[in-house]
Amino acid sequence: MKFIDEYQNSELAKKLAQRITGHSVRSIRLMEFCGGHTHAIMRYGIRQLLPETIEMKSGPGCPVCVTAIGDLDKAIALSHSPGVIITTFGDMMRVPGSYSSLQQARAEGANIRIVYSTMDALEIAKASPEKSVIFIGIGFETTAPTIAASIVKAEKERIGNFYVLSFLKLTPPVMKALLGLGEIKLDGIIGPGHVCVITGSHPYEFIPEKYGVAYVISGFEPLDILLSVDKLVQQIETGSPKVEIAYRRGVKPEGNRKALELMQQVFEIDGADWRGIGIVPQSGLKINKQYQHLDANNAFSGLLRSARNDKPAKEPKGCRCGDVVRGAATPLECKLFGKACTPEKPVGPCMVSSEGACSAYYQYGLP
Amino acid sequence: MEQAMNDTILLAHGSGGKLSHALVETKFLPLLANPLLDKLDDSAIFEANGRLSFTTDSYVVDPIFFPGGDIGKLAVCGTVNDLSMSGAKPLYLSLSVIIEEGLLIADLERIVQSIKAAADEAQVDIITGDTKVVNQGQADKLFINTSGIGIIPAGIDISGANAKAGDRVILSGTIGDHGIAIMSQREGLRFETLLESDCAPLNKLVAQMVEACPNTHCLRDPTRGGLATTLNEFAQQSNVGIVVEEDKIPVKEGVRAACELLGLDPIHVANEGKLVAIVEPDDANEVLAQMKQNCYGRDAAIIGEVTDDYPGRVIMKTRLGPSRIIDMLSGELLPRIC
Repeated sequence: MKFIDEYQNSELAKKLAQRITGHSVRSIRLMEFCGGHTHAIMRYGIRQLLPETIEMKSGPGCPVCVTAIGDLDKAIALSHSPGVIITTFGDMMRVPGSYSSLQQARAEGANIRIVYSTMDALEIAKASPEKSVIFIGIGFETTAPTIAASIVKAEKERIGNFYVLSFLKLTPPVMKALLGLGEIKLDGIIGPGHVCVITGSHPYEFIPEKYGVAYVISGFEPLDILLSVDKLVQQIETGSPKVEIAYRRGVKPEGNRKALELMQQVFEIDGADWRGIGIVPQSGLKINKQYQHLDANNAFSGLLRSARNDKPAKEPKGCRCGDVVRGAATPLECKLFGKACTPEKPVGPCMVSSEGACSAYYQYGLP
Repeated sequence: MEQAMNDTILLAHGSGGKLSHALVETKFLPLLANPLLDKLDDSAIFEANGRLSFTTDSYVVDPIFFPGGDIGKLAVCGTVNDLSMSGAKPLYLSLSVIIEEGLLIADLERIVQSIKAAADEAQVDIITGDTKVVNQGQADKLFINTSGIGIIPAGIDISGANAKAGDRVILSGTIGDHGIAIMSQREGLRFETLLESDCAPLNKLVAQMVEACPNTHCLRDPTRGGLATTLNEFAQQSNVGIVVEEDKIPVKEGVRAACELLGLDPIHVANEGKLVAIVEPDDANEVLAQMKQNCYGRDAAIIGEVTDDYPGRVIMKTRLGPSRIIDMLSGELLPRIC
């Protein structure tokens, strides 16, 4: 797989870094929205290549990290219900909820299985017709189409024991919420490449138009990221913010029409609860009426309601994950970081997830 | 009775009665025969002179057959390698198997054959053993425990606590082959790869190395937790820093591609036929030359050096030039979702 080498070429990286240093005059603040970018930046030491004029902030683009603690509590409550098999992506297992975690629930006897794709969850449902198989649907526009596809498939094949608990979220509304909040002033955003493969670039046009913030969609290799920073600096220095794609091999302006249609077929847009941000209007995907019998929120509504009333959600004391996902604090500014909170004993989701900022800082931080 | 033997393992095979004897006599003894084992006493009796090295390990790999090996080969190589990493010449192994009722006898035969092949290659004898059968669900197909004894040649003092500033770090070959080969077979994660596990006995490679350089400071095989974990263990045990260069670490294209796809770092992925050595700078080239002559050290490379800076930490100069910390693996390796 030669292309990996080409996108990690150190000579080209140095040249790009020099070019950035050459035309970066103003002190600016950029946010990498996506946790995948945070990890690549830390893993390759990209900050060390950038001039001091550029400050980088991590954003909310980590699906596990922005899952509201109350939503996690719902999944844990469902897992204790008899006859239920919970299926989930692995990262969710270790995130502490208000009172427990899925990992803890499994140790206490709950039937919880880690899957690598929604279709695996569907297979489990087929193989265990006497159980109710619930998939914990987290993620952004990247995972939403495959979850939609599994719902359509379950309906078509009349698999009556498969349910999805959707915590799916949309990226443009949360960017709007963050920019509208104005808590931290941003000059540019590194756009999430994988998400934009699905959405295309059009939904982000409001960012330069309304907020005057530069927006460049980036791939995940080191050269992709440097190229995106270079383009952002050019836009900012010339005072001409716009939406640009620096990830042409993946992203088309119109996105992936088939995936978008599938999402439209299954979901309707609703408010969603983001950890650290709160309810953001129009930022969540709820299963629509046509498929509501597959919606775990409907099928288990009584159980979910009483669980919430018995044990209201509460955030872990001292944890600043909420600030970290907004870019309002770096992991190093959290008192728990590296002390009470480590990958072995995580307090908040940002230390657990393979896309969490705290996990990246802890794993790859400077000596 | 004969017919049952051709089919699957029954609980009765572990009863201690006739079926148990038949199982041992027909499936294990013919292949693994040697004078010490053939006596079939309660324990094996042998003489040994010198400093002994003793180790044990249990093998529970899933799946039990994987590209490049199986649980039997792994059980022999793993224990041979653990002995070798103290500089010892492995002599004898014990072999204890716990079988889940229902295992295909044909599978057991295949595994015993690969135990024999690996023991022959490593020139070790299996001199005592045990078989147990448990109910379905109480084990997963087959678990194996092997213990081993070896003799350490005079003048050898190898320990993870011996690394000193200035020492060179040598890696015997490509990393991550075993872990990726296993992951490619896992239920729910199946992907096609031509990669094979690197599972291999390293005792002859080590013998060549310590003969060329009796003053080898540290040796370890980076199994679970990968290269990152082994380097961190050295750094902590010796209270030194270790700086390695990403570009110098050999990684097969297929492993890199699979790791990119799964969001893993090859330095955290398991190996079963690799070693890391730490030697004095003046010895490094000679040790490297010796390693390259052995088929299990052909791709060996000097990947870094030991320093007084950053005690207890491992630093990697990335491909792009900047440096970052390499931490031990924490938790399970799980693919990314986004």
